[in-house]
Amino acid sequence: MELLREALAELQSANRKKEMSEIITKLVVDLSKPEGDPERVQSIPLTEEELAERETMRIQAEAEQAAREATEQAKSDAKASGIAKLLALGLTQEEAQALVN
Amino acid sequence: MQLIQTVTVGSGGAASITFSSIPQTFTDLLIVQSARSTGDFGFGTWQHIRYKLNDSTSNYSGRYLDGNGSSAGSSTESKLLVRANDSGSTANSFGNAQVYIPNYTASTNKSYSVDVVTESNETSSLQYIGAGLWSDTTAISSIVIDGDGLGNLAQYSSWSLYGITKGSSGGVTVS
Repeated sequence: MELLREALAELQSANRKKEMSEIITKLVVDLSKPEGDPERVQSIPLTEEELAERETMRIQAEAEQAAREATEQAKSDAKASGIAKLLALGLTQEEAQALVN
Repeated sequence: MQLIQTVTVGSGGAASITFSSIPQTFTDLLIVQSARSTGDFGFGTWQHIRYKLNDSTSNYSGRYLDGNGSSAGSSTESKLLVRANDSGSTANSFGNAQVYIPNYTASTNKSYSVDVVTESNETSSLQYIGAGLWSDTTAISSIVIDGDGLGNLAQYSSWSLYGITKGSSGGVTVS
């Protein structure tokens, strides 16, 4: 199951990498230009540096999201453990849920 | 309140949106977002959208509350994060958000507030509110908006930048 999860994460990461590299323009709104000026809103290709930065951002953001998910899972596990202990003490399911929610 | 500019993402999507040379003649800024990300974590129906004030990636400190109709949570973030519908949410659905930045030209640290809904006509929707501080005393002259490294900005996503000017209360100033 763990291998499957890792394989899925790798596939998702590869898809994001591909998708991130396919969008190579940014929209820049230069508010110093007057309204109606064609240079006020422009679609500009990303530079090589920006493309490299996006790849770095992708790797960092994936790591941050993995950390968030781990934190959420830990919270969920702790909640389940707390509920089980409360039930063992004689509380009803409803009473235990009311305490932890 | 005055609309400064609305920008809409065209065909093919965009990596980012930049509002540059923001006029320094208002008191507060309001950004109204209707957005969809091309990314999908498989972690609910939302995806992060990141705002960088003066294109800065540092000195942000925010606390957020979120709820999806069945559970609630809180988080702290070192980025100015908003959320949008992700690519796995109902087709053609877009999340709404507002980011309010008071006193954006002042030579003090900048506070911000965030208010988001990512309703997509599904059993789960997300409400996300937050408040934070950008510890930088520079006046805000640009804002960069991107998918935080995990998605691009989908076609038809839009951002409207408003400037708000304080009124005169006629009150007494104590010196």
